[in-house]
Amino acid sequence: MPGYITRKHRDATSKSQRGTEESPFVKWILITIAALFLGVFLLLPLVNVFAQALGKGWHAYFGVLREPDTIAAIKLTLLVAAITVPLNVFFGITAAWCIAKFQFRGKSLLVTLIDLPFSVSPIVAGLIYILMFGLQGYLGPWLYAHDIKIIFAVPGIVLATVFITFPFVARELIPVMEATGREQEEAALTLGASGWQTFWHVTLPSIKWGLLYGIILCNARAMGEFGAVSVVSGHIAGVTDTMPLRVEKLYNEYNAAGAFTVASLLAVLALITLGIKTLLEWKQSREFARAQMVIPEPNEVETCFITRPADGKT
Amino acid sequence: MATKKFNPLPGFGLTLGYTLFYLSVIVLIPLAGLFLRVFEMSFADFWRLATTERALAAYKLTFGASLIAALANVVFGTLVAWVLVRYQFPGKRFLDALVDFPFALPTAVAGLTLSNLFAANGWLGEFLVPLGIKGSYSRLGIIIALTFVGMPFIVRTLQPVLEEFEREIEEAAATLGATRLRTFCQVIAPALFPATLTGFALSFARAIGEYGSIVFIAGNKAYESEIAPLLIVIRLEEYNFEGAMAIAVVLLVFSFALLITINLLERWASRFQH
Repeated sequence: MPGYITRKHRDATSKSQRGTEESPFVKWILITIAALFLGVFLLLPLVNVFAQALGKGWHAYFGVLREPDTIAAIKLTLLVAAITVPLNVFFGITAAWCIAKFQFRGKSLLVTLIDLPFSVSPIVAGLIYILMFGLQGYLGPWLYAHDIKIIFAVPGIVLATVFITFPFVARELIPVMEATGREQEEAALTLGASGWQTFWHVTLPSIKWGLLYGIILCNARAMGEFGAVSVVSGHIAGVTDTMPLRVEKLYNEYNAAGAFTVASLLAVLALITLGIKTLLEWKQSREFARAQMVIPEPNEVETCFITRPADGKT
Repeated sequence: MATKKFNPLPGFGLTLGYTLFYLSVIVLIPLAGLFLRVFEMSFADFWRLATTERALAAYKLTFGASLIAALANVVFGTLVAWVLVRYQFPGKRFLDALVDFPFALPTAVAGLTLSNLFAANGWLGEFLVPLGIKGSYSRLGIIIALTFVGMPFIVRTLQPVLEEFEREIEEAAATLGATRLRTFCQVIAPALFPATLTGFALSFARAIGEYGSIVFIAGNKAYESEIAPLLIVIRLEEYNFEGAMAIAVVLLVFSFALLITINLLERWASRFQH
């Protein structure tokens, strides 16, 4: 079993490197500090969300969830994500295709511009759409004359969310597509496949994990975005309140338990996102390891067998 | 492009065209719109609005708190990355997955729960507030929220660099009689420096624009605990568009400068590695 051998091998090397390791005392102190820091700073806030949400019992919990405004907020959040994510996925694939598979002038500038929304404050993101589509904006009067509402309505929320989650999928896909190169697609084309066939049967399978990874990150951010959406939404209860905005509204009404109840749903979303992300990373590294282990290098196997007896039982 | 090789793959014009179109509609044109509106103002007006006393207090707080949070992240993030890469211990994979939690958690939820934890009757506040450490509704709260939000940037930037760090160099240092601490300070730390700087800049950049987590925890008092993005929101609610735009442009110019710095740093760091 190749996996077994490599694991042994790695253990054996780490044993022989005593000179470059900290003393166990230092090591455990460092581990304790790191674990305490992560525990207090990351785990405790998470546990606190659920503790506060359920502090008044399940009855109160579901009471909040059954409020019409909360249900409307959940529906709106799902709707916004359902529009935003496909838009950015489509963009991500097209951008990654031209950037990763072709050489052209200004490519690094294009990549930087795609990253731009990451460095823009969400509030500024909301503001620029108000300046475009708001009543005081460039297109505002025209939109008003034609009775089209973008700001303080769902389209504005979608636009702001699209802006915030703009780079997620493209950023994940570009390195994956660059790593796979062009040879496989070229082979498919040579064998007579059409462009679409090549994409569906050759490119897509090779990028599927990266794509899924980008989708879940994009989705998590789309559902959880607060700042940009809060600027353009207008906070109309039951109409333009997304879940994060609903959290804020309940909190400002001194209904902390209610705020935590809605927040707990978003925390569950974060946990699911993390779970899928960890699973994808694990799957990817396993596939990578398997790909590397098809032919074990002869001298590597040799080392294993030599060092194994010295290693004793692990 | 005389050296351009023949590329049989289809769809270049189409995909590049769509990419440029979508990028322009969603990002470039709206951003340009903001700058055009600001250029309509006279420079004196812009300067007056961008540098009101209240705005200056907000910038100072935003940049100061972001700087402190990013520095705190450098210290703790390096420690966490080190422990996760170098040591084997039970629960390691769980901690590793937990590092991404601030990425996945909506910022509003982060702000809500942190402000509750550090409030006088919260799980941490009930011990800390009697000691005089007020983590909620204070400037300290802003730093706490920003540290939370920026933490994964440092850890995730450092981890791959630490993983690829060659043990032989450490062995050489040990053979030459260096203590472990000296090896760390004089051999490992300099090699980690470019990545640390990149992580610091990423975490700093994220902190500058952060809004969601802070409004819940900061208390939001003018001149005292009011961050620059919040001041933009307040100006907008007052229908003072010029005031909002002026502050937004200051933030944007700063973010763009940081973005360019980060790009240069990443290029420098990758050259350092090979």
